[in-house]
Amino acid sequence: MADEVILLNFWPSIFGMRTTIALEEKGVKYEYREEEDVINNKTRLLLEMNPVHKKIPVLIHNGKPVCESIVQVQYIDEIWPEKNPFLPKDPYQRAQALFWADFIEKKVCVCGRRVWTTKGEELEAANKEFLELLKILQSELGDKPYFGGDKFGFVDTVLIGFFCWFPAYEKFGNYSMESECSELMAWGKRCMQRDSVANYLPDPERVIGYVLHLKKLFGLE
Amino acid sequence: MADEVILLDYWASPFGMRARIALREKGVKFECREENLRDKSPLLLQMNPVNKKIPVLIHNGKPVCESMNVVQYIDEVWSGKNSIFPSDPYQRAQARFWIDFIDTKVYEPADKIWSTTGEVQETAKKDFIEALKILEAELGDKPYFGGDNFGFVDIAMTGYYSWFEPFEKCANFSIESECPTLMASAKRCLQRESVVNSIPNPDELFALALKLRKEYGV
Repeated sequence: MADEVILLNFWPSIFGMRTTIALEEKGVKYEYREEEDVINNKTRLLLEMNPVHKKIPVLIHNGKPVCESIVQVQYIDEIWPEKNPFLPKDPYQRAQALFWADFIEKKVCVCGRRVWTTKGEELEAANKEFLELLKILQSELGDKPYFGGDKFGFVDTVLIGFFCWFPAYEKFGNYSMESECSELMAWGKRCMQRDSVANYLPDPERVIGYVLHLKKLFGLE
Repeated sequence: MADEVILLDYWASPFGMRARIALREKGVKFECREENLRDKSPLLLQMNPVNKKIPVLIHNGKPVCESMNVVQYIDEVWSGKNSIFPSDPYQRAQARFWIDFIDTKVYEPADKIWSTTGEVQETAKKDFIEALKILEAELGDKPYFGGDNFGFVDIAMTGYYSWFEPFEKCANFSIESECPTLMASAKRCLQRESVVNSIPNPDELFALALKLRKEYGV
């Protein structure tokens, strides 16, 4: 019997991009469902499938929900292991990949949010920290083509959503990603050559428009 | 050649306790090295340059950082005894989801319960109990989060279980009256040999909390 795979998502979400790209990398057939008004009017399905956090993305596999994007990417890798494996087989290498995913989640995502939700001195501090964190990631990348080494892997999947948000961060941070983190930008462009990334990462201009809309909505201009 | 396993640790850390428990569940011989968190050793700074935190597991010279990563690594390397993580991918995904919940929704208020007063502490208590009730609902009538067996989520929570008594004393509330089923599971976990050997006496943790509160002027 064929798998039924549904993804509940909202297009600008960096978290949703991870799961979308993971499914695409594995060639999994899935139904994409947009939560049109995820802030004010969540669907009944979302609330039923993620009652604890009520957030997207939610992966529903044969009726059973998997929540939290990094959990979803690991699940996808385990259920469909043959094509494009994300995580290394070696336990030590795997622990390193999970460490960097945790770093991105707990430090980069949290700081990134401060960049578009603050102003004045707070914004300056957030920008400084954000660039510092990206430079740590850049240093981890080193001269490898991908965080996964020769192949696009787990950490690449977890981070790549930021690439379409970088122009928004540049705009609100008033700096140039290219001059601050040129190797990371080169990595992003390399990833954009993959169909899974190029076809599913939103247009950065659209992301900027969305952030401006949110800032207005929450009185953050 | 025998494995060399070193754990850089701090006696009172719930995260350090997770690593200790996992190693003992597996019967791994390891050397525990206590860190002074106010004067971190060159080894800690070298082995965890990004976060500079304990626990760090150093296995044959190579570091693994972040407590639940350490637990997963231990489970994979010493896979023969006392399996910690479920083998079914869906069950694994559920376990990972609850770890993420614990390390955000339990962690944040827990940190404030012992170190604050007044309204901030009251809000922290409320958030903490809310999070525990959600976990209790997930536990249901299972003896452990892992079902019949002590597992990944139980290990994650046991670090916090050791702090329950000090939290109750610092913030004047009863976790048992709010979450009796969770407490029953907690008591079960706290009786396991690997746990008894890995966690400090709650009186010592309470004494530490009081000492730090005094230092912070709380």
